[in-house]
Amino acid sequence: MNERPDAAYRFAPGVKLRFDETRQAWIVLAPERLFVPDEHAVEILKLIDGARTTAAIVDDLATRFDAPRATIEADVIELLQDLVDRGVLRR
Amino acid sequence: MSAPDRSAAVEPPLALLAELTHRCPLQCPYCSNPRALVGHGAELDTATWSRVLSEAAQLGVLQVHFSGGEPTARRDLVDLVRHAARVGLYSNLITSGVQLDGARLATLAAAGLDHVQLSFQDADDAGGDAIAAYAGAQAKKRAAAALVVAQGLALTANLVVHRRNLARLPAMIEMAAGLGAGRLEVAHVQYYGWALANRAALLPTAAQLVEADAVVAAARERLKGRVVIDYVPPDYHARQPKPCMSGWGRRFINITPSGKALPCHAAETIADLDFPSVTDHALAAIWRSSAAFQRFRGTAWMPEPCRSCDQREVDWGGCRCQALALTGDAARTDPVCALAPDHALIDDALAAPARDALVFRRFEKTTLP
Repeated sequence: MNERPDAAYRFAPGVKLRFDETRQAWIVLAPERLFVPDEHAVEILKLIDGARTTAAIVDDLATRFDAPRATIEADVIELLQDLVDRGVLRR
Repeated sequence: MSAPDRSAAVEPPLALLAELTHRCPLQCPYCSNPRALVGHGAELDTATWSRVLSEAAQLGVLQVHFSGGEPTARRDLVDLVRHAARVGLYSNLITSGVQLDGARLATLAAAGLDHVQLSFQDADDAGGDAIAAYAGAQAKKRAAAALVVAQGLALTANLVVHRRNLARLPAMIEMAAGLGAGRLEVAHVQYYGWALANRAALLPTAAQLVEADAVVAAARERLKGRVVIDYVPPDYHARQPKPCMSGWGRRFINITPSGKALPCHAAETIADLDFPSVTDHALAAIWRSSAAFQRFRGTAWMPEPCRSCDQREVDWGGCRCQALALTGDAARTDPVCALAPDHALIDDALAAPARDALVFRRFEKTTLP
């Protein structure tokens, strides 16, 4: 696992999160591909701004969803790693 | 434009392929353009393309691919990119890069361009220039790639592979990764139009394909997290056909330089279909209810063995244009399918002797098969 609590994330060049009015869904638009993230991924992707760290994202979600920090942290780390592997996010 | 209205069941399209022009300085013998090219004078004007982009966004299209020919041959490209951004479309420029300079790229980026796909024909200058029939093409492409990355734009390198350059696939991948591409598309030539005329010169052997699969798998592992690699296999070596365009009239609209709306870029070869033009019809009507887009939509049109096959909504019966090109009937099962009654045509092509001579893409009548 390469994730560190102090790592900050940004979208890779050419990747955007957009709300699509036609389908009433958040969509990740990327070079010649697109996908519909699930609701957990959407909440995380909305927090990606190039400055927020993994720890800040976990804090935000733990507060808003009133959930145990440790549970959220494991989910967030796994999802961020997956998005980095798929070329959606960069550290 | 007369077919039963099943529009309620039709999902909105995801992508529009805008073939702005068939003009191109390169002459690649596997070009995806039709053998009969559209001349400069018949191209749609800026206002019509802008209207089409607006209608596409309204219809639910999310991404527009500006293609050709060579789309940078259009002087209004920057206006169209700006318009696409204004109506909320993600824009992709599919280019050879040979006419791209830093100033032009800067204006395109400022206009809202999201991504550039640059094609490479080989790993080295001699091979790249020869297949494009353009001296200096490969060096100009490398320079264009560097400009794209320096501009901060996302870059895909499209590496076109076939019998004659597959030995250099590892070098092509290294070159493209070294240029800073975030995504590679290793694309085996697909055999339509110009490429079909050159099939005997380009079709890879089974051994080459096994090697290419291994090269791509190893590169994916090595470049994980840095470069995404998409792989387009050559369907002649497959047992199951490709889900061409993700199904006819399901995801994509292609607009030709003169404004014909097609479910895929090779569809005009199906001569008994009347493809509507965006100059006469609204894009939504074309998508939802034109006879051409309804013809092979869904599964109701399918013959056996597709009709009762459990893969019918996975591969959608394969490719209609390939069925036409190889059997003379667009409504037959794609011969690539091992279950297709015409599958022997594929085995014959794979067993046929290799040819050396190439037919290069040109604006002229050719008499080759």
